[in-house]
Amino acid sequence: MDKVYQKIDEAIADVNDGAVIAIAGFFACGVPRILLQALINKKVKNLTLTCGCGPMVGATEELRALVKNGQLKKLIDSYGLARSASKGRQDPFEQAVRAGEIELEVVPMGTLAERYRAAAAGVAAVYLPTGTGSIVEKSVVSSIVANRTPKETRIFNGRTYILEYALKPDFAFVHAHTADIEGNLRYSKTARNFNPVMASAAKITIAEAENIVQPGEIDPDCIHTPGIYVKRVVQVPRLKVRVGID
Amino acid sequence: MEKVKLTGIPREMIALRVSKEIKDGDYVNLGIGIPTLISNWIEGRDIMLQAEIGMLKSGPLVTDEEMINQDCINASCQAVIEIPGTIYFDILESFTMIRGGRMNLVVMGALQVNDKGDYAGWANPSRGLDVGNIGGSMDLVAGADRLFLAMEHVAVDGSPKIVKKLTFPPTTTGKVNMIFTDLAVMEVTSKGLLLKEVAPGLTAKDVQSVTEPKLIVSPDLKEIEF
Repeated sequence: MDKVYQKIDEAIADVNDGAVIAIAGFFACGVPRILLQALINKKVKNLTLTCGCGPMVGATEELRALVKNGQLKKLIDSYGLARSASKGRQDPFEQAVRAGEIELEVVPMGTLAERYRAAAAGVAAVYLPTGTGSIVEKSVVSSIVANRTPKETRIFNGRTYILEYALKPDFAFVHAHTADIEGNLRYSKTARNFNPVMASAAKITIAEAENIVQPGEIDPDCIHTPGIYVKRVVQVPRLKVRVGID
Repeated sequence: MEKVKLTGIPREMIALRVSKEIKDGDYVNLGIGIPTLISNWIEGRDIMLQAEIGMLKSGPLVTDEEMINQDCINASCQAVIEIPGTIYFDILESFTMIRGGRMNLVVMGALQVNDKGDYAGWANPSRGLDVGNIGGSMDLVAGADRLFLAMEHVAVDGSPKIVKKLTFPPTTTGKVNMIFTDLAVMEVTSKGLLLKEVAPGLTAKDVQSVTEPKLIVSPDLKEIEF
């Protein structure tokens, strides 16, 4: 089963206006930047990007282009803003959030991981202890007041847990070190991060890979994402990324 | 409260002081800011650093540009060195460790803390947004055996960060065990903040002058020991 697409535009042909797309990566590490660039070129709009920990803080240029083109409706992330408040004020994304043009929903990182996992495994919702004693316990943390839906809690063995719902994206964009043509993926070091859980959560997962090999060439004991979760594979160059965050 | 400018120890030395409080055999996660600097003070010790990006036994920070591997970063997006025994895993495994209670110690930075062990670190209202960056902080504090804060004692504008009542949105309530600043070391007790150590040249009165809650001065009060 050959899942390799020679043209990246064809690999994202069915990503349409209004799509909900999981973007893997942790700050600058393991972000599917070439797929993001293809998304920019495609000019689809009204997009919701669901993240894990700041891939768009890492992919600064791509975020800037998406904002400039008016392609973003909403970003869900645990770390969506620049670290520095003064740099944030100059940041077009933060300015758009302030202006109410783009919605930012903030979710604790581990809660996001579990919400993707729930979606991946056919689980409707999970009870998590994360965020009790904070606003996270009370409502969805959104920059848009109308979207601060109240949360449900329940006490188990004397401890409060928050009901958190599965998060199932239409698409996941992931970045692998090596893919075989059947979609089995292997990541490199800390560039693994959110890639596997997002790959298994989305309806359609599209992987960009720095290397593409034949079945059997990745040690079967060393596959991080089984190909069953991956619909399409494209080969991309290894981009140099800037380590560090502003 | 008057705004007094006191000179304490530099950030690196706050990190060094915290490192002395870490037990051999501990699994430890370090937050962004001063806590990250601790990784440079524990070389050779039997301490396992966990980075929530998906790494155990993370090595020290890279200082030589040529040694940067862009696929090997810590949770603060700093390049780190892979050492014998370093392992990698995905985010689910990482938060299974964190939320599942395997972290003996978590060290975080903070914007405000009170004498009940509540702290605020994810959103500064002065930014003019009522959302901020939570990152892994709330998961880390939910699962940690012990929680330390490593922070500046007062804000850049001189206002106190150790306060009677949080005015910033809390990260968690009642979880902080110890607070390490440029001016002092304090323990959160059921009776309030116990002042245990002060920076060289300072008195308990000096520290109290920039701290809102009434400090309980330890009978064994001493200078910060490195």
